Amino acid sequence: MTSTDQAIRFEDVTKAFDGRPVLDHVSFDVPRGQACCILGRSGTGKSVTLKLLLGLLKPDQGKIYVNDVQIDSLGSAALVEVRKTIGFLFQYSALFDSLSVGENVAFPLRRHTRMSEPEIEKCVRERLGAVGLEKEIERMPLDLSGGMRKRVGLARALALQPSILLVDEPSSGLDPITTREIDNLLGDLKTAGKTTMVVVTHNVPSVRRIGDKVIILHEGHVLAEGTSKELDRNTDVVVQQFMNSEAEVEHAI
Amino acid sequence: MTSSSRPMPGLLRSLFSQAGSIGSFGGRAILVAFRPPFEFREIVRQIYMIGWRSLPLVATAGLAIGVVLSMHTRATMERFGAEAMIPAALAIALLAETGPLMTGLLVSGRVGAGIGAELGGMRVTEQIDALESLAVDSFHHLAVTRIIACMIAMPILTTVMNFSGLVGGFLSETAVSNVSFQLYFRQAFAGIGFTDYVPPTLKTIVFGFIIGTVSSCMGYTTTGGSEGIGRASTRSVVFSSMLLIVVNVLLVRMIFLLFPEGAL
Repeated sequence: MTSTDQAIRFEDVTKAFDGRPVLDHVSFDVPRGQACCILGRSGTGKSVTLKLLLGLLKPDQGKIYVNDVQIDSLGSAALVEVRKTIGFLFQYSALFDSLSVGENVAFPLRRHTRMSEPEIEKCVRERLGAVGLEKEIERMPLDLSGGMRKRVGLARALALQPSILLVDEPSSGLDPITTREIDNLLGDLKTAGKTTMVVVTHNVPSVRRIGDKVIILHEGHVLAEGTSKELDRNTDVVVQQFMNSEAEVEHAI
Repeated sequence: MTSSSRPMPGLLRSLFSQAGSIGSFGGRAILVAFRPPFEFREIVRQIYMIGWRSLPLVATAGLAIGVVLSMHTRATMERFGAEAMIPAALAIALLAETGPLMTGLLVSGRVGAGIGAELGGMRVTEQIDALESLAVDSFHHLAVTRIIACMIAMPILTTVMNFSGLVGGFLSETAVSNVSFQLYFRQAFAGIGFTDYVPPTLKTIVFGFIIGTVSSCMGYTTTGGSEGIGRASTRSVVFSSMLLIVVNVLLVRMIFLLFPEGAL
């Protein structure tokens, strides 16, 4: 497989905080147009991985390629250009609370396009319509439920039609029905095939619904990677604990 | 162990560390301010938030300070039979020092705390990371715009403070001596020269830089959840007020060196 088939490449990446390694020589890649889910216990470097991909953090060692551009050595101006091709859905949505829902989605369009105000409004309505929130365009983020905020965050992340979407804990704090709605939205994106996704989650049912590829991070290393069916057959105890966790939860309920 | 090799006390080390980070934050802001995009829309919005919304506080405080200063000045001047000098004495005290410094302290309280808490909240709720993820230079968009807005708003607010102070002085005087508005202001401005008004008003641009830089630095570098936001807000006010008072001494000295005719 040539390098251009990979939208994202992590090569031997190490990142430590206060001397404590969070990622230790981690390597993986994500083929273009595919959805990769990263599973792992809290504190195993999943969110750090996303922030490294966006250039919000720099690795201590190793190389990170996004669309064949090595981003770990880029200056801030060049990094801005790379970020225009990446959408990021934050764990708690990170909507700008001084702006309305519509203004949040319009923000990247106003910053990075030469669209007129009527064109921006049309585009904002389209993006909000796609996540079922066109009627909420005037509301403020603090007036929305967690699930609605997440959907607005998704609409904002997709405003510039990025080729890569990074998603941090899409089901965090949401009920199972809303989680499924968010998964369906991400699934629709995957089906369209134009967006490469990296989804960090604890939720194994979401992984089965969304992921073409699954990576399990454990103690700073890639413990296993493959499709969810391949990981189901993996005999490692920790991998099995992850993959069977939904059955345990259902059993407990 | 000799005294020179003794480790620096924690509080002192923390103070130097804060001073260093504020200094480098301000230096970075100066460099970034001259790079596009120039964020005119955000600067105008911040001037409205910082300047326009501080007007009622500054005008009210100015009025009250004018009344109080006038009462004190009358009490002193009466002893020497120099009541006619009251408007001029008040004007010089207000325009040369009290107006700029009081405006600086009021703005550092209202705006400094606001910027510290707002940016701190944005940091804690990942809104600053969200700006970066949307390919926006968050430092330029949030910090530099607020610093520039403070620098533009401060001289304007100082002028408002000076004017409302003079109006307060007039109200106080007219209640006692029934002096007319025209006579009071003619007497007030009779002794005012360029050096009494322009340099002290322009020095508030530096105050604006201090308030904007300190509070943006405290907010932008916040860590530690809601406790961190509170800390950022408090430190914004404490550090900017302290720095403002100290720097004012240097600025007054510099004004006297540059404009010796202003020195009394």
